[in-house]
Amino acid sequence: MNDFVTNIVNCLPDLLAAAPLTLLLTLVAGVIGLVVGTFLALARLSGQPLLSLPAAAFMFVVRGTPLLVQLYLIYYGLGQYLGHSWVRQSFLWPYMREGLTFALFAYSMNQAAYNAEVLRGALQSISKGQIEAAQAIGMSGFQTLWRVRLPLAFGNCLPVLTSDIIILLKSTALASTVTILELMGTARVIQRQSLQVYEPLIACGLVYFVVVVLLTALMRPLENRLTRYRKG
Amino acid sequence: MAEFLNYMAWGPKGWGDEFFFAFFMTLKISLIAYGASFAMGLLFAMFKLSNSRFLRGIAGTYTTVVRALPEMLMILLVYFAVAGMAEKMLVSAGLVGSEFQFSPFWTAVFALAFVSGAFMTEVIRAGLLAVPKGGIEAAWAIGMSGPQIFRRVVMPQMMRHSLSGLGNLWLGITKDSAIVSILGAFGELLQTGYRAAAATKEYGYFYGLTALLFLLITILSLAVLHWMEKRLNRGLL
Repeated sequence: MNDFVTNIVNCLPDLLAAAPLTLLLTLVAGVIGLVVGTFLALARLSGQPLLSLPAAAFMFVVRGTPLLVQLYLIYYGLGQYLGHSWVRQSFLWPYMREGLTFALFAYSMNQAAYNAEVLRGALQSISKGQIEAAQAIGMSGFQTLWRVRLPLAFGNCLPVLTSDIIILLKSTALASTVTILELMGTARVIQRQSLQVYEPLIACGLVYFVVVVLLTALMRPLENRLTRYRKG
Repeated sequence: MAEFLNYMAWGPKGWGDEFFFAFFMTLKISLIAYGASFAMGLLFAMFKLSNSRFLRGIAGTYTTVVRALPEMLMILLVYFAVAGMAEKMLVSAGLVGSEFQFSPFWTAVFALAFVSGAFMTEVIRAGLLAVPKGGIEAAWAIGMSGPQIFRRVVMPQMMRHSLSGLGNLWLGITKDSAIVSILGAFGELLQTGYRAAAATKEYGYFYGLTALLFLLITILSLAVLHWMEKRLNRGLL
């Protein structure tokens, strides 16, 4: 039993060193996903078939297929086509060869589709009166969007958006399958090197648990701030 | 274009039959895991709503830990650690021979069900809480037995409340079943896609096909869910 605990503790330094990569994946994909997702949601609700149909199709396909398949499709599939094209000769190729670039792309697109669905609901649920009031005092379409619709929508769906960030954090574990040594990938390397089956996985679980709890705690002040108008 | 058609040939030369059976394998894994996770969800939801602090503690720990950890990690943990320890315990208890091993397929399905069960617990708990007390008391009053009340009064109303959550979990489990492909060769969709892509070097084509077949499962599921929603809500509107 003592050995068991020592083995788990011995895994921790390597795992903690890998944690920043997990957080980087989460943060970058989270931010890009939120920005792209906002545009997707607006395109979906724009009423222009040329914008709303592609947005709807993208959201449906991404949400309807497993993230792991998307990751493989982008990492192996896109890599296969780009490897034979002009991109190979360009200055971008050294970056493109990295699994990280493909993974970030896959996670960002996935997150964008899920965020867009949440934001679509939030934008639709804004009461008509708010928008009419904004128009009545002479706000332009963009001003209405920027000052009224988006702040209200983000405030309303923030709990869902933050739980989507947690889901994203957990799904970054899948990046270990495309050669990225984040938390999960590092745990599997330790598994192979030390020939221990349980200890690296349990240590990895401990680190994830702490990160998830910390991230949840960090989101709470943000939620309070964006919904501060509710406490009159 | 013609080569892509050749890839889809039936039999040893093409991948058509492999993908055909993989499609049903994914459905099979998802269905069994879903059934098991529903049973686990029901059990732990009752634990959560029980008066025993001990049972509430168990269920609370289960849902908190499983929902805080990545699905992939949980599936690996259950597949390697929990199954391994259970095997050792059974062997040392003398219940089975020393070469005893759980079947990898069932261990993988159980791992998937174990993860999904934690989310199921929360959905079912909310559904159970939404059943009005009066109906249950009325059922007691006319002399229904516990199982009768559950089957005729609680269950139909709970299902109505939790259908959207249950539907989301079904869609989730079909997609999470792809994670099982990292455990071994069970012949489900992603594993088949992986083999086909590696053998032909047509990564884009075969992963695209895999994604398409998963999308087909989602589309079919949505149609069934829509029908079920109508059926469960009959008499309401």
